[in-house]
Order: sequence, then C-alpha cells, then structure tokens
Amino acid sequence: MQDSLKSSSYQQLEQKSKYTNMFLRWFLYFILILFASYFIFPLYVMVVTSLKTMEEIRQGTLLSWPSGLNLDSWAVAWGGRGYGAGDTFLRPYFWNSIKMVVPAVFFSTFIGAMTGYVLTKWRFKGDQWVFLFLLFGCFIPFQAILLPMARTLGVLGISNSVVGLVLVHTVYGIPFTTLFFRNYYVSVPTELVKAARIDGAGFFKIFFKILLPISAPIIVVTVIWQFTQIWNDFLFGSTFSFGEAAPIQVALNNMVLSSTSVKEYNVDMASAIIAGIPTLIVYVLAGKYFIRGLTSGAVKG
Amino acid sequence: MKTLKIEELSKNFGSTEVLRKINLEIDEGNFLVLLGPSGCGKSTLLNIIAGLETINEGNVFIDDYNVSKVEPKDRNIAMVFQSYALYPSMNVRENMIFGLKQAKTSKEKIEEQLEKVSKFLQVDQLLERKPSQLSGGQRQRVAIGRALVREPRIFLFDEPLSNLDAKLRVEMRREIKKLHQQLKTTVVYVTHDQTEAMSLGTRIAIMNHGVIQQNDTPENIYNKPSNTFVADFIGSPSMNLIKGTLKETSGEISFTASGSNIEIPIKDYEFKNKSNLNNKEVFFGIRPEHIYFKKSNESDFEINLRADLSEYIGHEQIMTFDYSNQEILAKFPSTIKIQLAKQTKLFFDLTQTSLFDAQTEERI
Repeated sequence: MQDSLKSSSYQQLEQKSKYTNMFLRWFLYFILILFASYFIFPLYVMVVTSLKTMEEIRQGTLLSWPSGLNLDSWAVAWGGRGYGAGDTFLRPYFWNSIKMVVPAVFFSTFIGAMTGYVLTKWRFKGDQWVFLFLLFGCFIPFQAILLPMARTLGVLGISNSVVGLVLVHTVYGIPFTTLFFRNYYVSVPTELVKAARIDGAGFFKIFFKILLPISAPIIVVTVIWQFTQIWNDFLFGSTFSFGEAAPIQVALNNMVLSSTSVKEYNVDMASAIIAGIPTLIVYVLAGKYFIRGLTSGAVKG
Repeated sequence: MKTLKIEELSKNFGSTEVLRKINLEIDEGNFLVLLGPSGCGKSTLLNIIAGLETINEGNVFIDDYNVSKVEPKDRNIAMVFQSYALYPSMNVRENMIFGLKQAKTSKEKIEEQLEKVSKFLQVDQLLERKPSQLSGGQRQRVAIGRALVREPRIFLFDEPLSNLDAKLRVEMRREIKKLHQQLKTTVVYVTHDQTEAMSLGTRIAIMNHGVIQQNDTPENIYNKPSNTFVADFIGSPSMNLIKGTLKETSGEISFTASGSNIEIPIKDYEFKNKSNLNNKEVFFGIRPEHIYFKKSNESDFEINLRADLSEYIGHEQIMTFDYSNQEILAKFPSTIKIQLAKQTKLFFDLTQTSLFDAQTEERI
C-alpha cells in the first residue's frame, strides 16, 4: 500500500523534473538564438545591402531581400568605375596592406620568439627588468608614440612608405609577441637546452632545431593576433601614410567619407566586407591548426 | 690518474652558498652516487661537472685536465636528465645521433654507433618514432642511448628514475646496474632515493647543505656512518640515536642512557680516538634491524623495554619501545606476536652500533 503510494509520487516528481528540464532547455536555446541574431544582424545588413542596387536601397527597408545576385557594387569597390581622377577603389591599397602586414607579422613574430627564448632559456642578470619594460610596452597607448615615431621615420627617411609602416608595426608588436613566446617557452623544460648544449648545439642551433619546431601552437596564436592588429590598424596607417602608400583601412575611410554626391551604400558595404575578409580567412585557416597544435601536446615529449 | 677530480669547489647563487669546498675523486669505472635531501646542492654539483653551471672557486679535472672553463660539449661527458629531455620534434634516430652530427662525425661512424647502441638497448625497433609515442621506460632507454652513442669518459645521471612509476623504477634500476657492469664506465649519479643509491653505487657521497658529509662505500655508509646526519638519512626507519653518557672504569667502557641505570658495555667498538671518553655526552646509535627478539650472538645485550606501538607492514612490523622516555624503533618479522604496554625482552646487537659525540654529532 505504502509502496505503491511512494512509487506514484516518484512518478509525479519525475514528470515534473522532465517538464522543468524541457522548459530550461528551450529557454536556453531562445537566449542563445537571440544573442546570435544580435551579433549576426549587422553582417546580414552589410551583405544584403552590398548586393542591392541603389534603387532597391531607396525603396526597400534595411532588412529586405535583394532582387538578385547583383555584384556590381563589389566590382566598383574593388576595381573602380574606370574614369580618371577622384575614383578611389580598394585594389591598390589592398596590396599595400598585404605588403605591410606580411613582413610586419613575420619580423615581429620572429623577434618575439627570439627574445622569449633568451628571456627563458639564457637567463642573465636583470632579465626580469627587461621583461618588465617589454610588458610596459603593451600598455603604452598608441597615441603616445605618434610624435616620436613620426620624427624617427622622418630621420630614417621612410615616412609615408610601406617600409615605414612595417617598422612601426614590428616595433609596436614586439612586446606582445615576446609576452606570448616567453610564457610558452617557460613551460618547455630547460633540460632540453642543457641536453642540446652537451650535444654541442649553440645558441642559434638550439633555437632553430629544438625550440622553433615545437612552437607551432604559439606561432599560430601570435600570427593571428599580429595579423588582426596590423591589418585592422587605422591610426598608424592614417598618421604615417597618405595617398598611394596608405593601407586598406585608410583607403576605406577615404572612400566612404569623401564620396562627392550621393552616398553609395552598396559600394560602401562591399568595401567594408572586402577590408574585413583577410582577417576572417586567417581565423578560419589558422584556427584549425591552432586547435591541432594544442591537442597534439608534443612539448613534454 | 683520476677520471674525475674536484678540488676545493665552491658555488653560490647571489648570497646563497650552494656548495662549500667540495673535494671529490673518482677512479676509472666507478659508480659514484651523490645522495642527499632536496636543496643539498647535489644537482648543482652535477651541472658543474657537466659545465652547465659556472664555478665561483675551485677546479674540476677530467683525466687530469683542468676543464673548469671548458664548454660542456668538449668535456667528453654525456648526461641523462630526469625529464629525459628528448628533443620532441625529432624521432628516436635523430635524437640519438644529434650530438654526433654536431661533432661532425663521419656518416659511417654514426650509423655504426647507432646500430650498436640501439641493438644493445633494444630500441632498434623504435628508431622512427617520436618521443611522444614512447612509453616512460622506452624514453628512458632512448635518453641513455643518446648518452651512450657518444662514448663519453663520464656519464652523468640526474635523477633519471624519478619520473617512472614504482615498478618500472626497480626494473630500470637493475638495467642501469647491468649496463654499468657490462660497460665498466665511470658514472656520477644524482638521486634522493637511498635504495637507488645503495643498490647502484660503488661509492656514495652523502651531501647536506652544500657539504659532503661522507664519501664511502655503501657498506661503510650503512655500517659506519660518520655523523648523525648520515646515520639518520640512511635506513628506513632510520637509526635509533639514544642520548646518554659514556663511563670508563679501569679500561672498561660502558654507555648509560640518560634517565636510566642500565649500563651497556662497549667492547669491540673501533674508536677513532680513545682519550677523554669518561663522562662524554654521546648518542648511542643502533639500527632497528639490529634489535632482535631472540638472542643470536654471544655478545648480544639483553634489555627489557615496554612496547608502546606496533605498525604492521606485511612482511615485517615496526615496534616502538620506551627506553627511559626515549623512543626506540625495532623491526621484526610480522610472525612474532608482541603484547603492547608490557615489558618485552630484547637483544641489542653490540657489533652493529655507532657512537656519536653529542656536541659535534661526529662519529667517535
């Protein structure tokens, strides 16, 4: 008698908890979808707008679907309309940015790896002070170094050039890349370096043959970070370059803000997307290697 | 000619003194174990021999040649590390020949050495594997192989078994012992594990606070510890040190524990210096395994002590007795039944005792 009463009440409780769980689950999905749409919404508007004609934009709403796959505005954003003066388009500046970002990322990553290696594996007196000052470099606001940097570039004779921008971004990136590599190499057993020294390997051989081959995960992290920073930079680009030497973000700004008569929203949107695509590609490609590098965990041997 | 000689060596890190006036000599083919608690300077000493640490004072000689300022690679040594330190990006073959390649050895010689050593250590099936694909024991073997291919004058081992689990550690210990028996090479081996030290070493140097406490054969370390630190450090449980005084009456010397009136005769003890023994404050040292339940030698000293505590550990039991308010530990086979809180008749083996000066803590 009591048993059956008990089991029926258990059944009730079971039912109740089932409903509660179901409700919570749906609620969770609801919240997630809400936030996801909030973040995806601007991208949706950008893509949709870039595919519309000006006529459609004027007549429809922000959210309305384009009538067809109209890539004209993309072509204009990338290659211009083909008439002479005053026609700004992204293609040359895109290559400017590539010419700036590739060497800058390479040099800052390489130098960061080198300093990280020295600060962890070839300790010297006062090395923690050196590291502290390098860390300090991470917290100096961009604006604070504009004037001294402009002067330096002027003295070196590389102001308003891609080379100058490479130098600025390399120098400014070193504190960050050093921080990344130092923290990574701290976890690599120093006995590896000792073993290599006994085996007769020198400073550079140990770096290139022993440490660099196991640094893939941190190299990927650093490259993603530096690429994003440098590609998206506007301040240094706009301060230290103008006209034909400008990187893409500066060109994008000029294009959008200096249009003469009518605001061509579709071209603006297409340009903005083009300027953002390379960082997306880096994330998609390198992110995969990033996870692979993390999971292989070969450092401890 | 000494294979390795260390002369008046001192080392400090800033104001911390790590090694103080170390003197050490090893003959060809010996297996020297540096044993001591953590922070005693044994690893630093090994790193100095390897040339990985600089010296503040003193000299290191290998084959009578002063190598104090010579680079590690030119010292003709090889080292095996605790974390194995195999290069993660290289496979076993590349790991083993890395040193030879740096030394610009000819290809034929490299292949010959690699084949010989990898067969010898049974890693010839693993040559193409990466270190991450090896088990702990295999990694250890490859690390030893990497040291072997270089045919060094001295092998340095830095706690090579500490990262292995208990069972594998015993196996690898035997392998290292076999290796040394076959190759007859000179070895310096650092460990904090006394069983490892005892079973492997032909000589053991016990270190504490940067000073060598005793450098001797394993037998002497165990039977004739030169001070209370060594006596206490070696053996498990460690040696009983009973506080008391010596008495000398007409040439007969005896020991009385403080607070007790039992006189233990000291007969066949090899005193370092027989003068001024009367009324000397001393520690009377006897190991738990030298206290018997049954009389086994004629000279055994009979004594009645109260049993306070019994610790059963399978094949044996450790009993704690009260000797005029000093704790005495004894080790018996677990088959013997002893009643707690009762006086028990025990026998001290007087041929196995040590006496230490209570002030200086040195053996007398």
